[in-house]
Amino acid sequence: MSALFRAGARVRVRSETIPGHCRTPSYLRGKSGVVIEVHGEFRNPEKLAYHKPGLPRQPLYMVRFAFADVWPGRRSGGGRDSIVADIYQHWLQAER
Amino acid sequence: MAGVHDLGGRSAGPIDRAEHEPTLFDLRVDAMIRLLTHPSRAVFTVDAMRRSIESHTSEEYFGLTYYEKWLHAIRRLTIEQGAISEAELAAKLDRLRAAGSRESA
Amino acid sequence: MEHEHRHSHAHDAHAPIEEHAHYRPESLLLEQALRELLIENNVFTAAELQRQIEDVESRNPGMGAKVVAHAWVDPQFKARLLADAKGAAAELGIDVANSPELKVVENTAEVHHMIVCTLCSCYPKMLLGIPPAWYKNPEYRSRAVIEPRAVLKEFGTELPADVEVRIVDSTADLRYMVLPARPSGTEGLSERELAELVHRDAMIGVSVVRTR
Repeated sequence: MSALFRAGARVRVRSETIPGHCRTPSYLRGKSGVVIEVHGEFRNPEKLAYHKPGLPRQPLYMVRFAFADVWPGRRSGGGRDSIVADIYQHWLQAER
Repeated sequence: MAGVHDLGGRSAGPIDRAEHEPTLFDLRVDAMIRLLTHPSRAVFTVDAMRRSIESHTSEEYFGLTYYEKWLHAIRRLTIEQGAISEAELAAKLDRLRAAGSRESA
Repeated sequence: MEHEHRHSHAHDAHAPIEEHAHYRPESLLLEQALRELLIENNVFTAAELQRQIEDVESRNPGMGAKVVAHAWVDPQFKARLLADAKGAAAELGIDVANSPELKVVENTAEVHHMIVCTLCSCYPKMLLGIPPAWYKNPEYRSRAVIEPRAVLKEFGTELPADVEVRIVDSTADLRYMVLPARPSGTEGLSERELAELVHRDAMIGVSVVRTR
């Protein structure tokens, strides 16, 4: 599977909730950030959790979120603070 | 709604920084998980272990110790995957309880 | 069947403490039952279990400190560490063959990384050993991503407002470790002396390395 996004791409985490095991934290759902690194390709943990193969492997992205974008109305430090998380491709959509 | 384990951003109290040496129980449970999830045996995946832990109620999740939750995952998943059976485990527990009460008699 | 003697190991610095007071007796029984059954069913052997325990006990923050000190003195090693952490660790003789993927993130004057796993307790055990209890407990996991500077303050760490505190939530297959910033005034120290300055919490990112 080829990577949909490159480093520098602005992305938004999908807002859905799904039943069962998931590695996209709820506090990041619907939030917008920037890809800072493309890790390799990995199996889907949502399937691996139920003894399924979780194929095909898909890209995993290191995404940086500005603190104020994740926690509207809150401040941390001088405004530069950020949160980085590794998000699987199927949880991301392109953001203008 | 976020699962019981999905804690990022919830309000919480001060951090207890006390250091705890792992007990023999902790080390054995940890070692069993590593062996069971090792690719050469692959009885279950780390993902399955997490899924099992995430299925605890809030009371269990915050009430059981860290390694007790891992132990419960071993129980559930080794049975789920047929490495042991419910009946075998029940019989083993009965024998251990009986042996234990004989020792203390 | 193996019959266990529960001795007090209070005087043996090398044996783990058997502090079962806070464990439910059912848990101790269940652990023994599962362990014995899995051995009886040939899923693993008692020897393999023992070897696994010894491997876990052999991993400690000193290994991470060795990697950090070497990166401080050798810029090319540092570049390799940041690009391929497992490969670089293996160069120093650390066994990472069965470990998950690892990424090392560098703390600089501009960016201070702090590692957390809000969803469970993912941690670079291959280099640091077992995580401290606080890392696995709800308070750190909840608060690190929403009030990182208050958390840092509880660890005695304060950073200038214009530094970017970057909280890394280990949500997927990678484990993260911090390469702390080398403190000034350490130019004359040997690699071993440098390693002695590097403590576990600086490699998690809740504190910084200081000169003695």
